[in-house]
Amino acid sequence: MTTTDVTGGTGKSVPTGGANPVDVPLDAIEAETEGVTRGTLVLRRFLRNKLALTGLVVLALLYAVSLTSPLFAPWAYDEYDYLSFLQPPSASHWFGTTQIGEDVFAQTMRGLQRSLTIGLLTAAISIVIASVVGACAGYFGGWVDRGLMWIVDLLLVLPSFLIIAVISPALRGSSWILFVLLLGLFAWMITARILRGMTLTLREREFVKAARFMGAPSGLIIRRHILPNMASLMIIDVTITVGSTILLETGLSYFGFGVQPPDVSLGTLIRDGSTAALTTPWLFLFAGGLLVVSVLAVNFIGDGLRDALDPNARRGRNVREDEDPEVEVERA
Amino acid sequence: MTAYEAESDVLADPGRAGEPAAPLLEVADLEVSFPSEDGRVRAVRGLSYRVSPGEVLGIVGESGSGKSVSSLAVMGLLPPSARIGGSIRLRGQELLGLSDTELSRIRGRRVAMVFQDPLSALTPVYTVGDQIAEALLVHGGRSTTASTARNRAVELLDLVGIPNAAERVKAFPHEFSGGMRQRAVIAMAIANDPDLIIADEPTTALDVTVQAQVLEVLKTAQEVTGAGIVLITHDLGVVAGTADRVIVMYAGKAVETGTVDEIFATPRMPYTLGLLGSIPRLDVGRGQPLVPIEGQPPSLVALPPGCPFGPRCPLHEPACDAAEPELLPAPGAAPDHRAACIRTGELAAADAEGGELAAELFDAHVVEAEPVDSATRIDREVVLGVDRLVKHYPVRAGGIFRRQVGAVQAVDGVTFDVRAGETLGLVGESGCGKSTTIMEIMGLEPPTGGSIQVLGSQVEGLSRADRKRIRRDLQIVFQDPMASLDPRLPVRDLIAEPMEVQGFDKAHITRRVPELMKLVGLRSEQINRYPGEFSGGQRQRICIARALALEPKVLVLDEPVSALDVSIQAGVLNLLDELKARLGLAYLFVAHDLSVVRHIADRVAVMYLGKIVEIGGVEEVFAAPQHPYTQALLSAIPVPDPEVERRRERILLTGDLPSPANPPSGCRFRTRCQLFATLGADQQQRCIDVEPPRESALPAEPDAPVGAHLPDHDVACHWARIRTVV
Repeated sequence: MTTTDVTGGTGKSVPTGGANPVDVPLDAIEAETEGVTRGTLVLRRFLRNKLALTGLVVLALLYAVSLTSPLFAPWAYDEYDYLSFLQPPSASHWFGTTQIGEDVFAQTMRGLQRSLTIGLLTAAISIVIASVVGACAGYFGGWVDRGLMWIVDLLLVLPSFLIIAVISPALRGSSWILFVLLLGLFAWMITARILRGMTLTLREREFVKAARFMGAPSGLIIRRHILPNMASLMIIDVTITVGSTILLETGLSYFGFGVQPPDVSLGTLIRDGSTAALTTPWLFLFAGGLLVVSVLAVNFIGDGLRDALDPNARRGRNVREDEDPEVEVERA
Repeated sequence: MTAYEAESDVLADPGRAGEPAAPLLEVADLEVSFPSEDGRVRAVRGLSYRVSPGEVLGIVGESGSGKSVSSLAVMGLLPPSARIGGSIRLRGQELLGLSDTELSRIRGRRVAMVFQDPLSALTPVYTVGDQIAEALLVHGGRSTTASTARNRAVELLDLVGIPNAAERVKAFPHEFSGGMRQRAVIAMAIANDPDLIIADEPTTALDVTVQAQVLEVLKTAQEVTGAGIVLITHDLGVVAGTADRVIVMYAGKAVETGTVDEIFATPRMPYTLGLLGSIPRLDVGRGQPLVPIEGQPPSLVALPPGCPFGPRCPLHEPACDAAEPELLPAPGAAPDHRAACIRTGELAAADAEGGELAAELFDAHVVEAEPVDSATRIDREVVLGVDRLVKHYPVRAGGIFRRQVGAVQAVDGVTFDVRAGETLGLVGESGCGKSTTIMEIMGLEPPTGGSIQVLGSQVEGLSRADRKRIRRDLQIVFQDPMASLDPRLPVRDLIAEPMEVQGFDKAHITRRVPELMKLVGLRSEQINRYPGEFSGGQRQRICIARALALEPKVLVLDEPVSALDVSIQAGVLNLLDELKARLGLAYLFVAHDLSVVRHIADRVAVMYLGKIVEIGGVEEVFAAPQHPYTQALLSAIPVPDPEVERRRERILLTGDLPSPANPPSGCRFRTRCQLFATLGADQQQRCIDVEPPRESALPAEPDAPVGAHLPDHDVACHWARIRTVV
């Protein structure tokens, strides 16, 4: 039986009892030894995702064009061209005109700007409330949990539509930001409940326990461990909320809340144009098309973010099929 | 299809009247593959074996070696997406290609299966008796009525050793303990007197003492039914004690087959040799070099040509990569001993055998004893002291006013200390309170009773800042490295986390993380990977690196190797040994595996139902255990050596751990104690009335002076006596 000094035996400083450490492959991706934090790594993985980048660029472009359109468009959204009613697209009216001579291009741009803002803001507000409430309720438990869930249940049983209708006279004439806040306030409860459930299971996982034994404060644990592990669901929820809010806003506008004429949103445009979709398609197609494009872009960004955050996703990893890390085993 | 039907009709009940030499089960060139995103996974690649009636065949291999898949193929239980080739014949009848209905007639009646997890193998909503009766009714034909089936169920439960079977037959699975459930599953398996029983890791989910019982029951079952048994396990110790023949599987293929004695005494395939050398042995202890097999099993999607073990093999040479070696008779061995290696001849020619050869081959060494040992124990600083620690969980009942009706006495007066530079092994069955003890220590909250002292400070009355300071010196490594690493954080952030929490500056962290990775044997270019990209052993290394980040003085290890495969386990144990010697760490090592404790610990404390029943130096306790529970625990651990196994006498504990909510009076172990049964009535009365205090043990030598006590060996038994069991 040989009994030699281990480090002496292998001539290396690696202390592994005669064995070299390695259980896995060198697949020389990111062969840097300087570690980077998760933030940098996630960003890097996100930027690698072409589809997500495309989504981001498209969304930025849409926003930029809709915001700057008054500078170059020949007509404003609340102007009327009394010489052309219900005309198809032409040189002076790029997207055609409506029955009362409004310029569809100007209206679509105005609507796009409104809808995107409403959709994105509402989704952001609702996910922030949902994640804070859900994670806190699940993580702290006890009275915090009971109190927060009581509020959630209360808001769930109150018909949000009725509430908005009741307070809307008070809000009439005030800015649409208030309207966005209202929408966001009624969109987070179900997500919060789901996130609370996920937190309950995450809280019992050993890595959370390990963080607690390290002395990490609760806020840090929630930020660092709980929320990122629920990110997939949160991102999916955001992408769905963006689309659904844009449509929900239409319903509310119909009843006289939200975006009111002469101001327009994509929702109101689609609603007004869809009745004549076959005879005068330009009233409907441009608004509808832009809605689809923007929701798609949001979805791509969401997918990219999810893959970037999720280490198991293949897309973020930049590994070609033939050099999958599992396939090759390093020679001893 | 019709061809098969015709055949099965002809052979409706074959075998029993046929020639006796025919094998019971014959598997030839079995191939199983599954579709996956990366391509087809060839889980089993040409496996052939036969089982004779009354024979126990052990199939051993690490996780992912295809051992379970091959047995599921025999049962016809693979998912429809699996592609199966080759042939499986049960008493000459081809099973492959039979429809599910036809297979159902064979399953349960002629082939029975015992699964790993006894809880999921039983339906929770039916009583155990009903489920056994169902097995009888389904296959029993018209002559079986509900009442005869029920009576037979009672008989079967009695046969597998469930006390008070007539009563327990009405119990639901959740009312059974793990061991009893597994017995009930075995009762179901033998209900129809099968020809073949396939046991897939039947004892992996169970405690050692219960494992010994279940293996005994399996033996009984085999004697009663005369069936052949295919025993699938990763535990070479279990195979050594139970099997007649062994197949070692690697990467979907048999790499070595032979009788159990041949395989253990003269393995001819480096992989088998490595496996045998990687297990810490209960009967050897510290002097044993553990063999870590480097690397991990290859992916079964696109296997390169050549020997699949090649990349991990110390004997690897270019010729190994030319073609995959066939399973050929090993030179200089018994005729049915086959190995798949082109260099078997050289192994046969080597002058060492078994563990020694493995150590030599894999270049494994014993870690040198550290200088800290030179100071006597009493002189060293107490880094972790636990004094009469009590933790009770209240049991509440009632609706609105939840009053307390009792308490689960998880930990009830535990005292031990860990001194600088030493390892204390804390062992016991699940439910004995060892996890609660370390959670209490790690929580740094005032306990229900007693006191905890960490590095000289009492836990009571600690301020927030004090607690944070103490956490720097007290770190933990959890059992399951997958669960204790946040899957969404890269390695750098994982290792940096404790330092960030303690408020170290960024430059320090950036410098320290690669250092730590090197310390535990990870390459620093892996720094930006996520834990999911590492193997189990590497993940555990990350956990260790993270625990060492703050240069702690005490490391609490909660079963750090029990979730790992044996070959990887050896590497982690060697690393822990190394680190202890180099950094002068003190370990509190919690484990249920006594052989691991024997290998790594200096002192050992044996816990039973929230109390320490024996504590002392590892050598003394293992060589001369004085408490009957320690003796039983030690005797239940299988030794990976068939000869030793046959010679050993096994102490079988009866029953299961009593509920800690209602522990027995007096000595808590008396209900299962093998010694208790042999005592006279007045002696027994003392066990029932008086709780045995923890006292210094008497020396082993019979000629020791009267009143002499061992300085560091305590035992809590009225009638402590030495019984050697290893």
